[in-house]
Amino acid sequence: MNTTINGSAPPERPLLELRDVSKTFMKDGAALPVLEKVNLSINAGEFVCILGPTGCGKSVTLQIVAGLLEQSSGSVILDGREERGPGPHKGMVFQEYALLPWRSVVENVEIGLELKGIPKRERRKIAEEQLELVGLKGSESRMVHEISGGMRQRAAIARALANRPKILLMDEPFEALDALTKEEMQIQILKAWEKTGTTIFFVTHDVDEAIFLSDKLCVMDINPGRVKQIITNTLPRPRHELVCRTDREFGAIRDQIIQLYSSLKDEELDLVF
Amino acid sequence: MAKPNDTRQTNSSGLIALIADRSFYVLGVILFMIVWQIASALKLFGADFSEAFSPLAAILALVEMVKNGELIHHALPSLRRVLLGLSLAVVVALPIGVLVGYFKRVEQLTYVVFQFMRMISPLAWMPIAIIIFGVGDVSVVFLLWLVAIWPLILNTSHGAGRVSPLWVNMAKTMGAMDIGILRKIIIPAAVPDMLTGLRLAVGVSWIILVPAEMLGVPDGLGYFILDTRDRFRYDQLMATIMAIGMIGYLLDSVNRWLINKFSWKN
Repeated sequence: MNTTINGSAPPERPLLELRDVSKTFMKDGAALPVLEKVNLSINAGEFVCILGPTGCGKSVTLQIVAGLLEQSSGSVILDGREERGPGPHKGMVFQEYALLPWRSVVENVEIGLELKGIPKRERRKIAEEQLELVGLKGSESRMVHEISGGMRQRAAIARALANRPKILLMDEPFEALDALTKEEMQIQILKAWEKTGTTIFFVTHDVDEAIFLSDKLCVMDINPGRVKQIITNTLPRPRHELVCRTDREFGAIRDQIIQLYSSLKDEELDLVF
Repeated sequence: MAKPNDTRQTNSSGLIALIADRSFYVLGVILFMIVWQIASALKLFGADFSEAFSPLAAILALVEMVKNGELIHHALPSLRRVLLGLSLAVVVALPIGVLVGYFKRVEQLTYVVFQFMRMISPLAWMPIAIIIFGVGDVSVVFLLWLVAIWPLILNTSHGAGRVSPLWVNMAKTMGAMDIGILRKIIIPAAVPDMLTGLRLAVGVSWIILVPAEMLGVPDGLGYFILDTRDRFRYDQLMATIMAIGMIGYLLDSVNRWLINKFSWKN
């Protein structure tokens, strides 16, 4: 297990790079800094989790990468190009699924391809492949209100993957699910990640989830949101085939993160009292 | 009394229960007719007219009007005018409603004018309609159009305006621009509200039809009301009123069916 403070330069060119990304919201005429000089790099094929308590700006970071929010300063570089605004090369998975209730499962997966103007037969084929990848074969024609939360999120993942994005952005995707479904989905996303070799940038506040999934953990600090520490996670893979949550090494990473959290809390308390 | 629920059962006792349940709707109509008939028998509508105003007289006149083709002769032009007015209203109102709902500036620009205009009875425009379009079909259709556009615009804009920002953000991450967001998200999301607007528009159009057809057109149910009055055929007048109510009910049923069929469930 290696630990580097604020990320030492990786050997290869990273796929995604955040350079001094800051974000300030205006609230009642006062500037409210939510992100301060976030630096982070993600290599192609990597699974990176950004972890932190509520208000640390982890979702804001992801939305800036997605292009749904604009940073106040700094830059986001994807595949060597500076990013401006959203686009289908960055697949986004939302916590609340964001499926369209008037469309069937397969029609939901097709929407990005429809917007690209891909002919009906071809997009149906791609959508069906993606649904099979996430384990939704046979549910193509069901309506959104007929399927469970876990199935909805799988459909949303298939929809994002159908665009063949360079990177998959996931914003606390399993938070609305019950504990067992959540673990099942974690295994499912690892399988899909292994099959597709896609790069995943995953936001969560669940420590175990972050450790189970990631190659690299970006632990965020609050007030203002910033990167506290980047932890390289060298737990063996494929993790869904191993009993890894009870491993000693898993526990060691967990302890390290909890320590970081508790020191965050102390600083918070100092501010209050 | 509590409403019996819709637990659909397939066995025969379930079917009988369903029929018994639905028969209350019919019973309500029959009771209404009986009260009406008693009121006419007691000459509550005046000594001279009560007999002609009774439901029995009206039903007999209605049967006669169906047989001799008078009802069809007047109902068809009425339906044609209402459908024409509605179609023109839909063509104008849906795009306006979507734009008003989606673009905040368009909403601000139109808000006061629309709220002001919709409170004006279209019949107030009657003289102006006649000056511009002359006596006849065009004036009637214009008034029907004018009354139908407001519920369509307001409901469509309401539907387009409350579309979840999450869906819009999702579409943006899929590479959608304004046109794509309108076509793939806003418009389909607003369909249930559009249909509600259509239902309201059909209702008010059918109501405004009768006075509008008193504007000097040679046929139509509104015209026929005045005609029966002038001929002292109060039984036919009552029959025409019944026919107007029935056709209106049928039109509304079609709309309810549309809403049921095309509204998405969340």
